[in-house]
Order: sequence, then structure tokens, then C-alpha cells
Amino acid sequence: MTLRSRISWRDLGAEALAGLLQRPGRSALTALGTVLGVSAFVAVLGITGTAGNQIDERFTALAATQVVVEDVGPPDMPASEGSFGPDSSARVQALNGVVHAGVWWPVPAKKPSISAAYGVVTGTEDLRFLAVEDGALSATHPKLQQGRLYDRFHSERGERVAVLGAVAASRLGVTRLDGQPAVFVDERPYTVIGIVSEVDRLPEALFSVMIPLSTAESDYGMPEQAAAKMLIETRLGAATVVAEQVAVALRPEAPERFRVISPVSPRSLHDSVLGDVNLLFVLLATISLVIGAFGIANTTLVGILERTSEIGLRRSLGARRWHIGAQFIMESTILGLLGGLVGTSLGVITVVIVSLAQQWTAVIAPWIIFPAPLVGAAAGLVAGIYPAWRAAATEPVEALRRLG
Amino acid sequence: MTPVIRLVDACRTFPGPPPVQALHPVNLTVEPGTYLTVVGPSGSGKSTLLNILGLLDRPSAGVYEFEGADVSELNDRSRTAIRAHQVGFVFQSFHLMPLRTATENVALAQLYAGAGRRQRMLDAGIALERVGLGHRRSSLSNTMSGGERQRVAIARAIVHRPSLLLCDEPTGNLDTATADGVLDLLDELHRDGMTLVVITHASEVAARGQRTVTIRDGRLS
Repeated sequence: MTLRSRISWRDLGAEALAGLLQRPGRSALTALGTVLGVSAFVAVLGITGTAGNQIDERFTALAATQVVVEDVGPPDMPASEGSFGPDSSARVQALNGVVHAGVWWPVPAKKPSISAAYGVVTGTEDLRFLAVEDGALSATHPKLQQGRLYDRFHSERGERVAVLGAVAASRLGVTRLDGQPAVFVDERPYTVIGIVSEVDRLPEALFSVMIPLSTAESDYGMPEQAAAKMLIETRLGAATVVAEQVAVALRPEAPERFRVISPVSPRSLHDSVLGDVNLLFVLLATISLVIGAFGIANTTLVGILERTSEIGLRRSLGARRWHIGAQFIMESTILGLLGGLVGTSLGVITVVIVSLAQQWTAVIAPWIIFPAPLVGAAAGLVAGIYPAWRAAATEPVEALRRLG
Repeated sequence: MTPVIRLVDACRTFPGPPPVQALHPVNLTVEPGTYLTVVGPSGSGKSTLLNILGLLDRPSAGVYEFEGADVSELNDRSRTAIRAHQVGFVFQSFHLMPLRTATENVALAQLYAGAGRRQRMLDAGIALERVGLGHRRSSLSNTMSGGERQRVAIARAIVHRPSLLLCDEPTGNLDTATADGVLDLLDELHRDGMTLVVITHASEVAARGQRTVTIRDGRLS
């Protein structure tokens, strides 16, 4: 006798699905655990990914477009001679990707006493006196409260004009520019032509009286050794390349006289931020997924006790133990998969809503979305093992006895 | 002709403590086309006998030959295969799957016999015609009357043309008129050559059989 009992995978799947649809309410409640687990998983990974990318963007916007060049000169450099030549900014401007560039240094005044009225110095000791090239000033993204910035015209003529930072202006009591007020530094008058209320770079500018380079050179001479710096703003993504080239562009014969500070690579920053935050939340999501799996296991087990007569019937119709077990495993796997699908959708919706509320761009990697339902299915599969084994072990005689 | 059933000193003991001798050694031969009824009060060992005859259980000792082959030592897998292909069961409480149509319930019988879905549905339709329910094919089983349900269950038991139809109190949940209808159907099946074993406690059901044996306290007479 070569009789066999067998069932195709398709029929087995259909039976499992029918078993689930027979009790739709219970199936939905059972799947809820996986729904929550998977949606937590997707939402956590999605939100941290999104947030990570926003942090990234913020750094990118400022730091990633900034290159600072410091004068480290040879040790025996004479005090009066800086490494930056007079045409430094023109050389750097010629590099591809440079938006603004300019040199700045603290003016080496003998005893810098700054005041708004001749001879009266009070409460202005901590203000700074800077020589700032017009290109460097532009690179700080200054927001003018009043007046204007100085430009090449003022620089070339060595005009005694000054731009004040907002804090410096209020300390000095300069509130209006229509009377052409002057500030006195070491008893030299400088006409205030503008007040800057905000800068994105060079924050000390707000505490400073800033004058053109040539004015500073003619009034006070060259900067002290290694005090001069160059501020360069580049186009997005050009900073790394500019940083490589700038020292050679400035002094082809002695590029070692400069130290170039370029931004952190955005990639490494991104990764470190993401790595720290994720681990904890992924752990939490995993815990909720495990709880979801236990939910499936529990309900499936109860369901099997309830369906003993069905098991008995199927066994009498020629179902092998293996068929019974496979059907129940499939049921819980399908349940997990459905829960995973719904959970993934909910997770994505959560990420989108959070992103909308924060005005972020939602960023979810495909490697989170696509395997997420499978994670649910895997949870269902594992959860179904024990109940399915119990179902398969049910003796048909026992099961049929309960049939009545 | 090879007998469908041949029991030689088959007995069934449930291990204790204390061990229960549910079925004392039995000798029974059922030729093909026989309509045998087994009558006895509840607790007499009827169900134990039915489980052995239906290959749901094995005799503790003795020999059970089904269709000429010794099946008393077969493993679970082989006995399951014989159930799938050669035995039909009818239960007292019908055991239809609720929320499935009559056709789907009948088709379930060949699910594990390896038939394709189309063939199963086709055979189920024919079997339902056979039991007089051709007009109820797509009715849900839980919307049917008791008599109709038992007819669906009988259709499910015969759809794969088994060698043996085992009925356990087939009319136990039915009123007299409906029960008569079901018993008439069993008579018809017998006339068509089906081998039937009907287990009952009701003597009027037992009287329908060609041959009746009585079971009492696990002893057949």
C-alpha cells in the first residue's frame, strides 16, 4: 500500500488564512502586539534617522562651508611680518568654490581705550578692536541693524570708518547713525557707518569695533606674530577641496606657514550621532516586539485548546501531525506578517507626523522599511512554535472524545 | 473476497493506574458491502471499537487487518494515510467548519489526500448531489438545519469513495423524522455497495443494519 496523505503549500496557506478570518476580531487583537512592536521599531529608527539627518544639515549649513586659515609662521619670523601677503584674499578668491574670503586680526593698539566721546573711557574695557577685511566681514553673514558695511573703497583709501557689533554699540551708547557718530580708539576718531546685530561666524565681532585692514595697517602697523587669521566661506561641499588647496594658493613657496582648519566630515558626524541614540531605542522596540510575540503565542495556545475538535476532525480526515503543526505555525506567521505590515505603515505615518511637526524632512532608509514586516512575520513564526507543537501532539482519539 | 475488516483477538487496554480493559479480545469480520450496526449502552466500549476500526487507535494486542493488510503495527503516518484515502467518518455532532459553505466542508475531506482544489470542489458538488443537497452547495454550514448538516457530514465522509464508512451515533442529535431521513440515506449508500459500520445505543437504529452485534462492558456478542 503506497497511500500518502499530503497537502500542497498553497492549500495549507489557504487553510491557515481561513482559520484566521474565521475569528477576525481575535486575530486583529492578537496581531496588535506585533503591530505595536514593529511600529515602534520603524518609528524609532525612522525618527532617529530623520533627526540625525537634520543635525547633519545644521552642521552642514555653517561648519561645512567654513575654512579657517591660521598663520603659524616660522619661529624666527619678524614681528612686523605676517604670512598673509597683501593679495591673500585675491589669491584665495580665485579658488573654485570660494564665496567670501578675508583676513582679520586683533589690532595691536598700544593701550586700546575705546570710547564714544573724546577722552571718556568707561565700561568698554572688554570690547575688542579688530581689523577685518571686507571679505571676512561678508563671510560672517552679518545682519545690519543700521547703516552699512565698509567696502573696497574704504579699504583702498584707508578711511577711518568703523562697523560696530551690537553689544559694542550699546556699551558705547551709539544708538543712531544719522548724526555720524564717531568712536575713539587711542584718541583716534573712527566714523561709525554700520551696526551689526547678528553674525553666523566670528561671534566676537558683536563685541568689537571693526575697521578696514588698510586703515589698521597705516594707523597701527602689521599684526603681531601669528595673530592674523583668514576666514573663508565656501560653497556647500567645496570646503574639503578648498582646505586642501588654500595653503599652496596663499604661499606656493611656503605652504607650511599656515594651519588650515576644515570642517568635520559630515558622514562621520552623522554616524556617531545616530549610533548613540539608536541603541537604546532599538532595545525598547525589541522589547515591545518580544511582548507582541508572547501575545501571539498566548492567544494561539488558547485558540488551539478551543479548536481541539477541529484538530480531531482534521486528523480523522487524514491530516498528519506535521500538517496540523504547519497550519498553526502558518497562522501565527501570517498574523505576525499582517501585524508587521500594519505596524510598518503606522511607524512610517508616525515618522511623517513627527517630521511635519518639527518641520523636518522625513528620512527613512529602505533597509528599515522593507524588512520590517518580515520582522513581524519572524516574531509570529517563533511565537507559533510551541502552540503548533502542542496542536500537533494532540491525540486524535482525545480530540474526538471531546467532540461529544 | 477480502474482508474490509478482520479483527483477530483484538483488545484495548488503557494503562492505569488502574489499567482499564476497555475492549476484551474481539473477533470480527466484515465483508465488503456489509451494513453492520454495533449497539450498546454508553460506556460499553463502542467508541474504543470505533477508534480502532477507524485507525485512530491501535489495539493493545491482537491483529487488525484492514482490506487484507495488517494495520495493527503501522506507524501513525501510515494509518493517517489510510484514513485520508479509505475511511469516512460521520460524527454525532456533525463537526462541520462554521462559516464555510457546504461544498467547502465536503471538499475538506480530500484536502489531505492530495487532490487539487478544482477536483475537490467538483467531487464535493457530486457528493452533495448524492445526499440530496445539490441546491444547498453554497449555503454556510451554520445556517443549515440539523438534518442538512448531517447530510453534509455524510457527503464529506463519502466524497473520496472510502472502503469503509464509520458512523458514530449519526442520529443522536436529530429528531425522529430527520433521523429517519438520514438512516434512509445510509440504506441507499448500502444498496450502492458501501461498507457501513454504524455505532448506536438506539435499538431502532441498530435494526436498520444487515447484521447487528451488541457490545456490553467491552465484550462483543
